[in-house]
Amino acid sequence: MTDVRPMIEVRGARKFFGPLEVLKGIDFSVARGQIVAVIGPSGSGKSTLLRSINHLETLDGGEVWLDGVQVNQTLARRAFEKHINSVRQQMGMVFQHFNLFPHLSVAENIAIAPMKLKGMAKADARALALKMLDKVGLADKIDAFPARLSGGQKQRVAIARALAMQPKVMLFDEATSALDPELVDEVNLVMKQLAAEHMTMVIVTHEMRFAAEVADRVIFMADGAVVEEGKPDDLFRNPVQERTRSFLKKFLNG
Amino acid sequence: MQGLDFSIVPEYLPLIGKGLWWTVVISVVSALFSIVAGMGFALIVLYASPLVRYPVRLFMWLFMGTPLLLQLFLIYFGLVQIGIDIPALWSGIIGLSLHFAVYNADIFRAGIASLDKGQTEAARSLGFGAWQTRFYIVVPQALRNTVPAVGNMMIALLKESSIVSMIGIAELVHSAQLVISETYRPFEFYLTAAALYYVLNLILEAVLRGIERKVELSR
Ligand SMILES: Nc1ncnc2c1ncn2[C@@H]1O[C@H](COP(=O)(O)OP(=O)(O)O)[C@@H](O)[C@H]1O
Ligand SMILES: [Mg+2]
Repeated sequence: MTDVRPMIEVRGARKFFGPLEVLKGIDFSVARGQIVAVIGPSGSGKSTLLRSINHLETLDGGEVWLDGVQVNQTLARRAFEKHINSVRQQMGMVFQHFNLFPHLSVAENIAIAPMKLKGMAKADARALALKMLDKVGLADKIDAFPARLSGGQKQRVAIARALAMQPKVMLFDEATSALDPELVDEVNLVMKQLAAEHMTMVIVTHEMRFAAEVADRVIFMADGAVVEEGKPDDLFRNPVQERTRSFLKKFLNG
Repeated sequence: MQGLDFSIVPEYLPLIGKGLWWTVVISVVSALFSIVAGMGFALIVLYASPLVRYPVRLFMWLFMGTPLLLQLFLIYFGLVQIGIDIPALWSGIIGLSLHFAVYNADIFRAGIASLDKGQTEAARSLGFGAWQTRFYIVVPQALRNTVPAVGNMMIALLKESSIVSMIGIAELVHSAQLVISETYRPFEFYLTAAALYYVLNLILEAVLRGIERKVELSR
């Protein structure tokens, strides 16, 4: 299949928080099966950009497209609500602080969306949860509650929860930066496994080594703009822009 | 001075027991209504359009600022005048339910507001709609987190339920009064009633502790 249509396309994305311009016209696209890492200093707008892809943030200008459908299209309120809910079902998002539902068991955390949104039967949803947990190596935790899990385990459950909706893309917002260092690898391993399965992914991260390992393309953002983008080898070894160079230097020395 | 004589009590226990039964029925039904209505009010205050929100807020404000006894009289004696004739039992239940619903609503509103924004975002990112998110994610968590505060309200409700005796409902205090008017033994029978309230309270507290423990497990 030679589908050249990008999976994600962002055109001229602009976003203000009050007087503060957080995204200053961002363009980028992600091909089917591609993995894009977004790096940059804190406050540069990485999270805002990622969150505008699934419309957790509303752009003030520009367009976001998912697989040929405009995410932020203009519709009447009710129609838009319906549209956005169906679009979001096709995008998994993983948050820095996991955001597991504490009142639900691990199985229920994973099964609730397929059950309530896709009408899946309870037994099928549990089987699906088990399958997804197997994928992230936590099948034995199926009946645990989130409070009983380590940070790394929580994040893996959060990934399983997103995967259970069989999304077309996965969005990661600093998935490992709230974790103790020794728990980072287990989460990275799951993400690498997804990469091997050609999941389309946008990964906001501050782990340069991981970005270099897993990404097909790296985007360096600063002050709400894309400063430079390229293959990890090029961007990390021979950055063109001075901004990129000084950011990387700080990171590699720090 | 007349000596105390509790040997008279057993003879009247069936009557007192009936009163106890109605205290339990009225309290349990009112507690459930006050929780459901309280959550409804909280959701309206937080999320409904101004057209619905402001009348509800006015109503809540009026109910918070007036005594339960007055509310009961208004519902039972007052509404008849405008053609709404509610039997005493239901007047009592409605009055108690609404009175405590207003307080519960305040507790739930604060409980919902204190939930982490990430919970809603996670649900929305999965594709849940706004009301689905409230129903499956926000409300269950708010209910859990407010068990202690709402539990205190329910302990108050149990005690305050005695006020419905004022509109002639034969609950515990009312039946004690009936017995006393026959026996002229206020001390023995008020003390019996008090002991029974105390037992009910112990049971309610045990139930609440059980619920709290169950909720704790999932945290
Ligand atoms: N909800 C918000 N309200 C106001 N300002 C915000 C909000 N979210 C983010 N910002 C601001 O927008 C800028 C970009 O934030 P963010 O996208 O989180 O950056 P990054 O993820 O790269 O650290 C920061 O200056 C931040 O303070
Ligand atoms: Mg961020």
